[in-house]
Amino acid sequence: MSMNNQGRPSAIPAGAASFDGVTGTVTGNRGLQIEEPLIFEQDSAGRTGVDLPDVPKVASRLGAVKPRAKVGLPGLAEPQVVRHYTRLSQKNYAIDSGFYPLGSCTMKHNPRLNEKMARLPGFSDVHPMQPVSTVQGALELMDQLAYWLKTLTGMAAVTLAPAAGAHGEMCGIMAIRAAHEANGDSGRTKILVPESAHGTNPATAAACGYSVDAIPATADGRVDLEALKAKLGPDVAGLMLTNPNTCGLFERDIIAIADAVHEAGGYFYCDGANFNAIVGRVRPADLGIDVMHINLHKTFSTPHGGGGPGSGPVVFAESLARYIPVPYVTHGADGFALVENAGDGPAFGRMKAFHGQMGMFVRALSYMLSHGADGLWQASGDAVLNANYVMARLEDVMTASFDGPCMHECLFDDRFLKGTGVTTLDMAKALIDEGFHPMTMYFPLVVHGALLIEPTETESKASLDQFVDALRALAERAKSGDVAYFQAAPRLTPRRRLDETAAARKPVLRWTPPVVAEALAAE
Amino acid sequence: MRYLPLTEADRQSMLEAIRATSVEDLFRDVPKAARLAGPIGGLPNHMGELEVERLLGSMAAKNVPAGSVPSFLGAGAYRHHVPATVDHLVQRGEFLTAYTPYQPEVSQGTLQVLFEFQTQVALLTGMDVANASMYDGATSCAEAVMMANRVTRRKKAILSGGLHPHYRDVTTTDARFIGFEAMALPAAPTGGEDLLALVDDKTSCVVVQNPDVFGHVRDYTDLAAACQAKGALLIVVVTEALSLGLLTPPGDMGADIVAAEGQSFGNALNFGGPYVGLFAVKDKYVRQMPGRLCGETVDADGRRGFVLTLSTREQHIRREKATSNICTNSGLCALAFSIHVSLLGEAGITQLAQLNHAKAVQMADKLAAVPGVQVLNDGFFNEFTVKLPKPAAAVVEELAKRHILGGVPLSRLYPGEMEDLLLVAVTETNTDADMDAFAAALTEVLA
Amino acid sequence: MTKKFTKDHEWVLVEGDVATVGVSDFAQSQLGDVVFVELPEAGRELAQGKEAAVVESVKAASDVYAPVSGTVIEANQALVDDPSMVNSAAETDGWFFKIRLKNASELDALMDEAAYKAFLEESH
Repeated sequence: MSMNNQGRPSAIPAGAASFDGVTGTVTGNRGLQIEEPLIFEQDSAGRTGVDLPDVPKVASRLGAVKPRAKVGLPGLAEPQVVRHYTRLSQKNYAIDSGFYPLGSCTMKHNPRLNEKMARLPGFSDVHPMQPVSTVQGALELMDQLAYWLKTLTGMAAVTLAPAAGAHGEMCGIMAIRAAHEANGDSGRTKILVPESAHGTNPATAAACGYSVDAIPATADGRVDLEALKAKLGPDVAGLMLTNPNTCGLFERDIIAIADAVHEAGGYFYCDGANFNAIVGRVRPADLGIDVMHINLHKTFSTPHGGGGPGSGPVVFAESLARYIPVPYVTHGADGFALVENAGDGPAFGRMKAFHGQMGMFVRALSYMLSHGADGLWQASGDAVLNANYVMARLEDVMTASFDGPCMHECLFDDRFLKGTGVTTLDMAKALIDEGFHPMTMYFPLVVHGALLIEPTETESKASLDQFVDALRALAERAKSGDVAYFQAAPRLTPRRRLDETAAARKPVLRWTPPVVAEALAAE
Repeated sequence: MRYLPLTEADRQSMLEAIRATSVEDLFRDVPKAARLAGPIGGLPNHMGELEVERLLGSMAAKNVPAGSVPSFLGAGAYRHHVPATVDHLVQRGEFLTAYTPYQPEVSQGTLQVLFEFQTQVALLTGMDVANASMYDGATSCAEAVMMANRVTRRKKAILSGGLHPHYRDVTTTDARFIGFEAMALPAAPTGGEDLLALVDDKTSCVVVQNPDVFGHVRDYTDLAAACQAKGALLIVVVTEALSLGLLTPPGDMGADIVAAEGQSFGNALNFGGPYVGLFAVKDKYVRQMPGRLCGETVDADGRRGFVLTLSTREQHIRREKATSNICTNSGLCALAFSIHVSLLGEAGITQLAQLNHAKAVQMADKLAAVPGVQVLNDGFFNEFTVKLPKPAAAVVEELAKRHILGGVPLSRLYPGEMEDLLLVAVTETNTDADMDAFAAALTEVLA
Repeated sequence: MTKKFTKDHEWVLVEGDVATVGVSDFAQSQLGDVVFVELPEAGRELAQGKEAAVVESVKAASDVYAPVSGTVIEANQALVDDPSMVNSAAETDGWFFKIRLKNASELDALMDEAAYKAFLEESH
């Protein structure tokens, strides 16, 4: 069997339950931390949190379909709803409350000005199918964002359509495929991907019908150029590379890599997840990249919102500029227009309904305007400085995987924990009690027990020092043999280690009304 | 710069700790030729809040907000009243600026919301289980087809002519590149398709929309059974989620997968995005679902908690063999959906849906009374198609000049086709005065 | 009738022309708690060294390769109902599937128990 030996423990370790987490209050609440039931468990039939006008008395005209039986939703009044969600929010860690050293995620501050701008009625209360004459400002904003993205990347064209990074990757690979098809080059069945790539890369390539061939890394963490050249040939459609790569290192040979790919007739796709390291200082077009997706929710501060929404515009060099999806904005003498149908052009189709994540475009442009060229220059510089500082302050107690300098993130592996009985996962859980969200763990897969730290430019030196001090203390504690301490962590969170094994073996993915649940149990 | 906390003193002290001479020194791995000497040309320098507000405010002022005039636009995005509570709660920093809940101990807020959201979607659609949301309804539809292909090990999808053309196009784009067949039937403004006749032993699924893009409402119970008898899945798309508050839901008709757009609850129009895709299936298909899933479990102290689960289907683990390449869901939009549905509750959702339908009936009657105008639908929820004696696109432009957003011309969705047809949506936000103004303006324009 | 092992940590036990296949105890210890198994259907043709089944833990999914070529005659339904058997009884009741052997000589290339133990010590 293929051994993915990065599978990490998911059952609760034996030492975990020894901490008395329940305080003995009558309610189970602990001061400001409230035990909040599901909304379905707070139902009062007939209660509602909205007041609606009476329904006009007209005969129903539903046609062939009968009105439904009850939905089964609970009724709560507004005060109960506000309390429910407020209490739930208090169980969440967030950028607003603390540092997320998550490698590859770029958890920078989410400016509130962006929220205010996105909520201007002229942006938020506009229907996508209004006559174009009534939305010239919206099209202008998209056009402006496109201009900023093209200028920052040096690229010839951009699509704003994809809804997220992975969606942008899909778009980029589709464009590559469309280009090869248009060139009559149908023998190109392979995409090359470094071993260190994020999972979306091979998933996307495979989804688009390509077989995926992995390229090994050299001892210094970068793509092995000779190995790459050996794999290039007339059957390779292209290369998907992240730069800076997922180890936080700049691919020094990138121009030679681009040349080799182009010589072999392939296209060079860049995963732009790590753009924050070089935004405003380096243009991907100057590195020979043909197509790159950008994560607005990483580099350009649009909020993560607990998992989304994202936005993944894709920039294209001249070589692929024709192969963008619909829709896109054009600017003529009569003002702005929206091209919504592929028609007879090479545009390859549509990625999602309507025009893209407009709400995120407003936020991203607000961010870009706030920073300007000089602010972005400073931001990427500070991002890289912060990461190198963290690396310098930790490399004597933890094992850095590669020599510096790193870019915007630094990579450690679990060699420093060898023989302690403490795992990367345990270190992460102990960090939680210290008030930090853990760093990215077990990614990239090219080192064992990876710990990938990305501070971003919006962390102060004091914040970084506090983080580093905590990590140093934990590393020392691990080496001193105090395994029990780590296995019982975290102790101070609203919930402690959760049984993910049980959740996967017997999935319970929704609340079920008691009558139904009893009937199911009786079966 | 207000978002960048490092001072020059900080930088100096940090460079010393790193033993580097300058920040530029840290970029030494970047090929010299690609290293810019200074900030990029062609872009302005930083701006304070005041300047940004002025600039973006002037752009926003060039748009006509749908709420500022009588608006009757649908076609897959619906203007509903979102209670003030919703936007207030989603802006709490602990929701807005939280990451994906991969560390469940510090994400129980997000996770419980997702669990409740999944339950609400399952209840609304009448299905067994739902995921934690997709990007939007159209990508949800395409993913549903791909899931049907996996489940049946067949590769041919049949797309009803009543399916929203954007949803059709996203699916056919995926079909072309991902390698399956999607047979899209011609637009069917008056119905009359025989979908079942096209189902054979190579068909993975039939995709229908209810109400369809023209507003027609149908019972697909027989079609569901007939498809399943031939080993194919029935996928039902819903673009107006509020319709689930009144109509027999797809689950009760026997649908295998429901792919829907949830924008109607909690989410502003936002010129087309971000929206929130809903995805719900029968129990037996759980492991074939794309997207994130939140499950219930217990923690080390035996207390109920929630975690992301069945992750091995997803890209970060399965890589090439993932069920989908999807990474993000529509987190904050799903939260807004959930809060709005919680506020409405059973009583509210039923009344809101009835209100929409009743107003749509009233509007249809007023428009039918305008000389030359014909309403094509016998039945509908809150959206219907009217036939005009003049090209609808030109009529809509004239109405816009009279400050009325009078529906979506079907030729916008189907270039060169159905030029005399107009799609009209009515919601609780339309007053009697709005409806009379629309009818009057239309009479004038058609005269 | 001895157990043979592959470098990829599968074991195979042959009786006549029927081979029972599973994963080794070492493999299950590396995987962590098994939450799901995907087994081949009866009648499916398997080739030596090619993917035959999938075993999932919470954070990882690993392919199980066929140690020998043949046709699947039975998949272990008990494993589907209780995947934890892979952890508790990897080399006994936690078998994955049985196949009708195509080519018994393929077994010669595999390791016996002692050789597999030595292989594990060397590489881990």
